[in-house]
Amino acid sequence: MTALTLLLACPIVGALLLAGLGHTRIGAEVNIAASAATTACALWLAAKVAADGSLLAYGELFYIDSLNMFLVTLTAFVGLTTSIFSRPYMRIERDHGRMTPLTMRVYHAAYQLFLAMMLFALTTNNLGALWVAMEAATLCTVLLVSVYRTAAALEAAWKYFILCGVGIAQALFGTLLLYLAADRLIGGGEGALLWTHLEAVKTQLEPTILSLAFVFLLIGYGTKTGLVPVHHWLPDAHAEGPTPISAVLSGLLLNVALYAILRCKVLADGALGNGLPGRAMVVFGLVSVLLAAFLLHRQRDIKRLFAYSSIEHMGLITFAFGLGGPIANFGGLLHMTMHSLTKSAIFFAVGHAAQKAGTQVMDEIRGLLQISPTVGWGLMLGSLAILGMPPFGVFASEFLILTSAMRQLPWAAPLLLLALAVAFAAVLARVQPMVFGETTVKRLPHPPALIPVFTHLGLGLLLGLFIPPFLANWYARAATLLGG
Amino acid sequence: MIALLTQAINLFAAILLILAFAMITQRRILNLVHLFTAQGLTLVAATLDVGYLTAQHSLYVSAAFAFALKVVVLPTLLHRLTDRLQVRFDVEPLLNTPVTMLIGILLVAFAFDLASPIAALSASIARATLGIALASVLLSFLMMITRAKAVPQVIGFLSMENSLFFAATAATNGMPMLVELGIALDALMAFLIGGVFMFQIREQFDSLDIRHLERLREE
Repeated sequence: MTALTLLLACPIVGALLLAGLGHTRIGAEVNIAASAATTACALWLAAKVAADGSLLAYGELFYIDSLNMFLVTLTAFVGLTTSIFSRPYMRIERDHGRMTPLTMRVYHAAYQLFLAMMLFALTTNNLGALWVAMEAATLCTVLLVSVYRTAAALEAAWKYFILCGVGIAQALFGTLLLYLAADRLIGGGEGALLWTHLEAVKTQLEPTILSLAFVFLLIGYGTKTGLVPVHHWLPDAHAEGPTPISAVLSGLLLNVALYAILRCKVLADGALGNGLPGRAMVVFGLVSVLLAAFLLHRQRDIKRLFAYSSIEHMGLITFAFGLGGPIANFGGLLHMTMHSLTKSAIFFAVGHAAQKAGTQVMDEIRGLLQISPTVGWGLMLGSLAILGMPPFGVFASEFLILTSAMRQLPWAAPLLLLALAVAFAAVLARVQPMVFGETTVKRLPHPPALIPVFTHLGLGLLLGLFIPPFLANWYARAATLLGG
Repeated sequence: MIALLTQAINLFAAILLILAFAMITQRRILNLVHLFTAQGLTLVAATLDVGYLTAQHSLYVSAAFAFALKVVVLPTLLHRLTDRLQVRFDVEPLLNTPVTMLIGILLVAFAFDLASPIAALSASIARATLGIALASVLLSFLMMITRAKAVPQVIGFLSMENSLFFAATAATNGMPMLVELGIALDALMAFLIGGVFMFQIREQFDSLDIRHLERLREE
């Protein structure tokens, strides 16, 4: 319980501190320190949950089990590495005159508040509070996307604000219907929105209400996950915001939204018992994978390229959870982890590459290896990892998802393979000339932070070669929890 | 008396639906703010009514909060915003008025159809109004889609939040207090961020016409 309190308190205290001194010389260091303290608390909490099993705290307001614990740890860890990457990156942006003292303060404070809201959304047991935290996290990222205050950044942020506002309102209506169903069964009040209570009575929830509720929840939170056809905000927000924000949007926020869908799917599955929620997720996932893969070819902006790749991977994960069953769920959870680590590593490398070249247009970035071998190799290895080359971890999770697709849904497997092949060709054809060949890029005033890139890629490689038994057990438990 | 008050809930619901239609067709921004205030007042009255009929005192508290936020604070801020930004009229909406109205009617029919099986299962005294609440949510979406300026879009956003609040009262006699407070806080935060954006957008484009925001396209 202390660990949980500290986990949520660290980023909030960090946000308050940074609202005052985010623009000073030590702003970035305070940001790193707050994120490091959060990560330490997350590890402490993970150790306790691993030892004692799932945990309820503060009058059942918080609930930690194997499903959200690994996401909490992942969120805190990627939050830390991103804050390390952000230190030199934002310093260079400030030297280029793109950040003012005021926007630096907003940036740092909103970053910590965003982490706090995601951690709150992941740990809360109350589905209404989950919605409130998701909306608050969205608003923080709207501020973060608009932080450069250029015309394009404002446009992206406004689009994000309106589209996600509409999307998340549907999720609220879904939550309301869920409350209505529970109200009939276990009476009103706080208890009727607590996931643990709902899970206990899930087979008796009214199927008519639950099916409509799940549709609203899937579309609502699906907007935040970036599922086609409600994905339009995602590429713009990734391309026009600062690169550390692209990394946490792709690596963390999309996962948290998908986590909300998963919690609701467990309830809907229990009430309906006909696999309808799973089938809906399979369709949404498959359409997202296919459309995003084909749109990859048409991108010219490097951050938009990897934003579409995020849509593709979130689609793949949604597809896996839609299939259900222990193996597909295991693959989905593993892929969530791998995609987070790899995609944020890619964005770190992309950020420095774009700063060196002074542009995000891919045709104007050439020969990164000549001027900075570490950034070049980071981008190349990261791209190979995300495309599913062995021995990186993405290969393992995609292999699991594909084999279970062949067993459970044979017609979908060739479509998935086609999308993966198309994505492979599109991304590699773009990345290869950027890394090799004659250079056009220049040196940077501050040394780039490359430790985060290679830490993430190293972890991805490690998990691809060998998943430690305790982690495998953890995923397996979470996979059973999600059911079929 | 009780029968009269039960009937009054349906009356308030009907007023909300009429206000939603008035909002999608209203082009003067000042009138839009007045309509939004009226919507807030109706909401407060409906909440008090349901609270009295079901003897739920928590609903009085949430009605008080709704009054402070939706009738006093937000309309005052909206008036200041329109004064400072000097916006009076919306430009021609992206769809003309008769077409918008027709789409609105279709949305209402759709919402009633969707809500009727659910409403039959609800234990709330106001369950017949769930269809109207859903219809108002959809009409607010329509307003956000068809308007070309930033201020009406934000009013659409706030009116959608009002409709969801009404849906919560109608279907389940209100969400738990903690959740309702959180939602209100989020709405206020969203409004403040939207307001700040409007100043920045005007500074960038010398206009609040969001049709300027069309540079980023799907490629």
